[in-house]
Amino acid sequence: MLNTSSTKAYRTYILVWLALLVLTVVTWLVSYVHLGMLNVTVAMLIASMKALLVALFFMHLRYENRLLWAFAIIPLGFLTLIIGGTLADVLLRD
Amino acid sequence: MPDDIAPSPPADRGYLTEKGFLSWACTLDHKRIGLLYLGTTLLFFLVGGVFALLLRMKLMYPGEELFSNKAYNVFFTLHGIMMIFLFIIPAIPSALGNFLIPLMIGARDVAFPRLNIFSYWIFLAGIIVILASLASPLDTGWTFYTPYSATTGAAVTVLSFGIFLVGMSSILTGLNFIVTIHRLRAPGLTWFRLPLFIWSMYATSIIQVLATPVVGITFLLLAAERIFGVGFFDPAKGGDPLLFQHFFWFYSHPVVYVMILPAMGIVSEILPVFARKPIFGYKGIAYSSLAIAFIGFLVWGHHMFVSGMSDVAGIIFSFLTFFVAVPTGVKVFNWIATLYRGSISLDAPMLYSLTFIFLFIIGGLTGPFLGALATNVHLHDTYFVVAHFHYTMMGGTVIGLFAGLHYWFPKMFGRMYSERRALTAWLLIFFGFNITFFSMFILGVQGMPRRWAEYPERFQPLHIASTAGSWFLALGTVLMFWNLFRSLFRGGPAQPDPWGSKTLEWRTGSPPPTHNFAEIPTVTEWPYGFGKKEKERE
Ligand SMILES: [Cu+2]
Repeated sequence: MLNTSSTKAYRTYILVWLALLVLTVVTWLVSYVHLGMLNVTVAMLIASMKALLVALFFMHLRYENRLLWAFAIIPLGFLTLIIGGTLADVLLRD
Repeated sequence: MPDDIAPSPPADRGYLTEKGFLSWACTLDHKRIGLLYLGTTLLFFLVGGVFALLLRMKLMYPGEELFSNKAYNVFFTLHGIMMIFLFIIPAIPSALGNFLIPLMIGARDVAFPRLNIFSYWIFLAGIIVILASLASPLDTGWTFYTPYSATTGAAVTVLSFGIFLVGMSSILTGLNFIVTIHRLRAPGLTWFRLPLFIWSMYATSIIQVLATPVVGITFLLLAAERIFGVGFFDPAKGGDPLLFQHFFWFYSHPVVYVMILPAMGIVSEILPVFARKPIFGYKGIAYSSLAIAFIGFLVWGHHMFVSGMSDVAGIIFSFLTFFVAVPTGVKVFNWIATLYRGSISLDAPMLYSLTFIFLFIIGGLTGPFLGALATNVHLHDTYFVVAHFHYTMMGGTVIGLFAGLHYWFPKMFGRMYSERRALTAWLLIFFGFNITFFSMFILGVQGMPRRWAEYPERFQPLHIASTAGSWFLALGTVLMFWNLFRSLFRGGPAQPDPWGSKTLEWRTGSPPPTHNFAEIPTVTEWPYGFGKKEKERE
């Protein structure tokens, strides 16, 4: 849980919010640079960073114990699984 | 029997004392919510069973005398949808799980009682939406494969919304149970003193929470395709019909473990009590529940071998499928080892548990035939699949549920049932079941395709045998329910611990008081310390 005083907490929230805005602008600007397949990769990377910020600060994961970390990470493993299994079919079909 | 409990007087109706509609509709008591689920799911078991009997009747003589082939398609769809989504998925977890989990871990209720009754109401809302969709003749089968489900005029969108709601109820219940098991265990009840039913319910809940959202999303995509014409599954619009099957089975394979794991938990509770022996391989059974839950997520592709999936994916999924057999085998061997040199008494719960093991071995061992890539090509979409599925799901889960119903009936209602009538019913069910479904194994190997209303004449003798068996099965089931129903009002009073069990639910009255325990018990040992080995373990 949060141990910091409330003003300090608000400052963190606002900084994270600003970071999210900056990243949104970066996503938008990058879309004008032609990188081929890399465009998708960069967009996904920035989106993942944003999701991580939200999970860590807005959803308080940073201040939680290991059990809750496990509950947050396990579904990501299953997401990888369903995407991986489906790609094993789609990419290798003849 | 622990001697620290005073037997409750027969007049004490415990949590059942309060009467009236609102006392049930707005209850927060996990025991009452469990009974609400039990009543609702059993109702659909009976309705789904009537459809099954009609299907079998028609298959005795191919032709359209009894009802049309179109009606046949609708009836097997309804049989599947009701049995799967309204009965077998919620039956043991939501009904017995709700009733037993807090009692077994020495808690006064689940962690979120309001969420609990909310999930029952969502379940009911889902049922109403599903029933409304039946106004149109649904003939997609319970698997809703595209492209047919995306293009048919039947109310698939309405139906999938109903299943979406039912699934949400399932997720909330699973979540509730996970938190309950983590947070509300009685003092001294460590993880390795937990009853094995709790372990299996924990594994089940994990699957419910992780897998059910995927089928929810799948139905939303299907709805988007049907309403807005978005091309998720239609190749003409850049979609892929196999994507639907990937999504559908990513849910629907793990969900067969939502059906079977709780039944395995029930059997693990009953065997040591009626063999008067400590359960053999406690940790093996506990961990194998988790292993089944995990491996169950890796094998969904085995339903798609002949759908046009890539060969490499087929080989991978076939290979992974064999691994499910390992933890399943661990359980079966441990159960049998538990029975070895036990002093076995064949009361109704034990008879059903032994039947479970017998039928589940047949159902389970026919799984690898279907999981193996080469034999699957021959057996795919034949009656072999139908027989395998019913041996695991009816011979496994439903028989497990019957075992649990007979075992906990005295606890739930404070009354005993007629043992003699229970035995007669068991006999009819056992023989009826095997005649009905073993014939289907043979039919399947001979090449009888599933879901066909018409068939070549050479298949008829076995179809007649199967239909005759279904009558015995139905008769036995009706007799069993009649016996239990009658005992609700006329059964003799039950003691707090009629079977001499050691789990916590037996250390309170039958039926239990509203808040379960006069005083929360402190646990000092595991619940399977029967016989001479009682001392060795702790
Ligand atoms: Cu499967």
